[in-house]
Amino acid sequence: MPDHSPYDSLVVETRAQSSFRVARQVFVDDGILAAERERIFERCWIYLGHESELPRKGDFVSRRVAGREVIFTRDTKGALNALLNACPHRGARVCRERQGNAKSFQCFYHGWIFGLDGACRDIPGGESYPAGFKESAEAQLPTVPRFGVYRGFAFVCFDKGAISLEDYLGNAKEYLDLVADQSEAGMVIVGGTQEYSIQANWKLLCENSYDGYHAATNHATYLDYLKDRGDNLVPIALTGTARDLGNGHAVVEYRAPWGRPVAQWIPAWGEDGKRELDDIYQRLVARFGEAKAERMTHTNRNLVIFPNLVVNDIMAITIRTFYPVSPGNMVVNAWALAPADETEARRRDRLFNFLEFLGPGGFATPDDIEALEQCQHGYANNKEAGWNNLSKGMGRDVPAYDDEAQMRAYWTEWQRRMGGRMGEGAAA
Amino acid sequence: MSTTLSRLDVEDFLFLEADLLDEWRLPEWLALFTPDGRYYVPSTDVAPHAAPTDNLFYVADDHYRLEQRVKRLMKRTAHAEFPHSKTRHTISNVRIRAVQGTVLEVSSAFITYRSNHGRTDVYVGTGYYELLQGEQGLRIQEKRAVLASEGLRSQSRLSIIL
Repeated sequence: MPDHSPYDSLVVETRAQSSFRVARQVFVDDGILAAERERIFERCWIYLGHESELPRKGDFVSRRVAGREVIFTRDTKGALNALLNACPHRGARVCRERQGNAKSFQCFYHGWIFGLDGACRDIPGGESYPAGFKESAEAQLPTVPRFGVYRGFAFVCFDKGAISLEDYLGNAKEYLDLVADQSEAGMVIVGGTQEYSIQANWKLLCENSYDGYHAATNHATYLDYLKDRGDNLVPIALTGTARDLGNGHAVVEYRAPWGRPVAQWIPAWGEDGKRELDDIYQRLVARFGEAKAERMTHTNRNLVIFPNLVVNDIMAITIRTFYPVSPGNMVVNAWALAPADETEARRRDRLFNFLEFLGPGGFATPDDIEALEQCQHGYANNKEAGWNNLSKGMGRDVPAYDDEAQMRAYWTEWQRRMGGRMGEGAAA
Repeated sequence: MSTTLSRLDVEDFLFLEADLLDEWRLPEWLALFTPDGRYYVPSTDVAPHAAPTDNLFYVADDHYRLEQRVKRLMKRTAHAEFPHSKTRHTISNVRIRAVQGTVLEVSSAFITYRSNHGRTDVYVGTGYYELLQGEQGLRIQEKRAVLASEGLRSQSRLSIIL
């Protein structure tokens, strides 16, 4: 490794002064984004989709993931695949629909046909090729280099030599389990994707997704809304902790006054709702014991899996992933995850809860988007005003949910992955 | 058909609605709704008339939440819309699709511009209305703004009312 990297000291930690800073250059620099594509998006495990999006054999979804065109399929044998959506012949996308059910994909350019496992089935005028060509590697729709599924969450990795998905997720698995275990029937993606964009650097949405510090000011109107209608809240104070999970993953876990469909009751959900939530709780106690059931039902978790997957189990569960388009622009996909066997009433309450906070039309997310975009505006001054401060709670033994330890875990991994050394200099 | 209202009457009503939104007279806009009026913006990968109870939308407001949306947007702490953006709601292609008693099913094409902080976003789609004809004139029982775009990729947020 060379002595100096152009990416040294973009993250600077000065323990003696409890100071942790990130250079604002990382949000505006084209060269840094190019290096992120190479060193992060092409090396890390990246979320592709949820297995519940493909319930039947022949189901597929096509989407752009970390700059790649990918088809996520369930083939005729029922196996899941992640294919690269580019015809081996001349490169056109063989699947142009977002989702559907098919026996095969036919490239509309010259008519080559592929199974949902990527195997070449037919080449028009195949006699013009040498014998065995159709079965050769160069006639198959390529699969992504690595593909893995953990508890329904499907990931791809473009680095053949990467560690296994399970090793990569590491301590984050426990938190995916706390979501996946909420129903014996499994968890499913609800119909409808929120597809939006933010005119800000993609890493800002990681920070924002588990930032417990911004609620009182940034989400003042959401808190007003909750208070306005007395039956929307239970008297529980916001308290909790942050945990560094290793590999850049981190989580905040906390109690909060809002209703949770699994399973913190609020008066707005009525007596029927109360009975149903009690029943959900008792079933979880029977499966996992009181302590884990209590944790699953009455605490909230905002989880960020490095580099770009958010699983927030809060007043509803959202899965959110996002990709840079340019240093100052990202695209965002967000879904709602719910128990497969949820009753109509609970599903309705869950989605009602989701939309009162989450998404580009919610009562809170638009203000997050505004904050991120205003940060991006502010970074126009990065040459003179060059540093973000992420020191909150550094002196504490156990970081609070509204400190910034979770972000420090993220940035430490980001600096490592970028191949530069952490700075240790004194604060400027 | 059992109404005496013409398309021009409906257009007058929709143009009034558009002006109230553009002039940020949101409490007056809210008063155009029936007490059980609803406002929906579905996500763009579900059927246009999908139910908000089992599909994730961008907006699915019952009347209570619509009131809260208006209340929120009128505050300085609704950061996404402070300072208020400039908007222009443009309505065309107005059709009365059906009349059932006192309820008119109306559709209109919309193009809405929103400008703020040096950029202009455009929202395009169809507004599906259930309009109730009563003693005080028309009232909105349901407004469903169906976007004719692939998500909100170019606009980012939906902090205004369409």
